[in-house]
Amino acid sequence: MTGVTPSQTIGPYWHLIGHAEWADLTRFGARGERITLSGRILDGEGLPVTDAAVEIWQADPPADERFPGYGRSATDAQGGFRFTTIKPGPVPGRGNALQAPHLALTLMARGLLVGLVTRVYFAGEALNETDPVLAMIEPAPRRATLVAAPDGPGAWRLDIRLQGRDETVFLEV
Amino acid sequence: MNEWNPFRPVAAGTHPANDTPAYRSTAFRHPTAPLVKIPQTITEISGPRFSPAQFPPMTDLSTMNGRAALGERIIVAGTVTDEDGRPIPNTMIEIWQANAAGRYDHERDQHDAPLDPNFHGEGRVFTDGEGGYRFTSVKPGSYPWRNHPNAWRPNHIHFSLFGPGFATRLITQMYFPGDPLLDLDPIYLAVPAGARTRLISRFDLSLTAPEWALGYRFDFVLRGRSATPMEAG
Ligand SMILES: [Fe+2]
Repeated sequence: MTGVTPSQTIGPYWHLIGHAEWADLTRFGARGERITLSGRILDGEGLPVTDAAVEIWQADPPADERFPGYGRSATDAQGGFRFTTIKPGPVPGRGNALQAPHLALTLMARGLLVGLVTRVYFAGEALNETDPVLAMIEPAPRRATLVAAPDGPGAWRLDIRLQGRDETVFLEV
Repeated sequence: MNEWNPFRPVAAGTHPANDTPAYRSTAFRHPTAPLVKIPQTITEISGPRFSPAQFPPMTDLSTMNGRAALGERIIVAGTVTDEDGRPIPNTMIEIWQANAAGRYDHERDQHDAPLDPNFHGEGRVFTDGEGGYRFTSVKPGSYPWRNHPNAWRPNHIHFSLFGPGFATRLITQMYFPGDPLLDLDPIYLAVPAGARTRLISRFDLSLTAPEWALGYRFDFVLRGRSATPMEAG
């Protein structure tokens, strides 16, 4: 057995591999309910994280030639990120469990030696009440840090706090 | 062992901790609550698939529009496998680096070193059927940063790998053998001592192109799969 390659920070200059169009998961012609997901990344002092790479991955709808299932957004001067994608549906969990619609989100930045992973759920989904991953988060009020709020027609919003009060719940997968 | 087997947990002593005071930028960016460990599901076990048609390879960073960048030309090659030595074929690797003078072609890099009109510093390669990859570049220079007085980053190339699943995503940096700055670098030293040297490439004479380029070998290892499929978990 060989040891896993250790992680290092993405640093402040990762934009050399950054392409703004990657934030639009519908750019290859995907069909479905188009939504936007936006938010801000804030640090432990409440300051915007202006050099982060935010990535999403969704298992539904299944990725194909038209829908990559994956996107990347650079944060702007306000710490803001923004994706256009297709609203995910429920996906199977372990055993007979059904998972509520969600996106996986990875956050990488200068000052993060290992990327942070969390999930984005959607407020108002009945399955949120029984979702096996949300149910693991204690105390229960912290679950709200993973739930995006409606922000106009087809628009969803979730802010991410790296540290301190209302710190986002990050996951080990 | 199939594509629905979850990935094994990463062994303790592999990755750096996000709370690393010697690297100052971590101070207000590391979460203070412990991570919540979740079982892997279809979301974490599956992952993006990139096709060279939609994400065109860029395998030669050493020239732009047919003109050669300044610096020591290098070939970097190796493999992407999992912990059990299984090759990871057709996976995308993103590459970025400073030029030979230690300057990034990036608006926020203010280091007083020259830009090179024939060097941008972005690359993208796909592994072949046996997990092998290869690209050509110039050796990046070291550069100062403001972490502490007189701080210099060792020469390094940045890499982004996806691997077979969301859970295998990896961002890392490759270093060069014999660099005296390694033992002074808080980012390199943040990696636990037993795993650190995995980030140092090997000079490999067999990779060099005589009278053309030096060769460095660097092998990536991503998480292996557990023996138990997801359904049984
Ligand atoms: Fe760098």
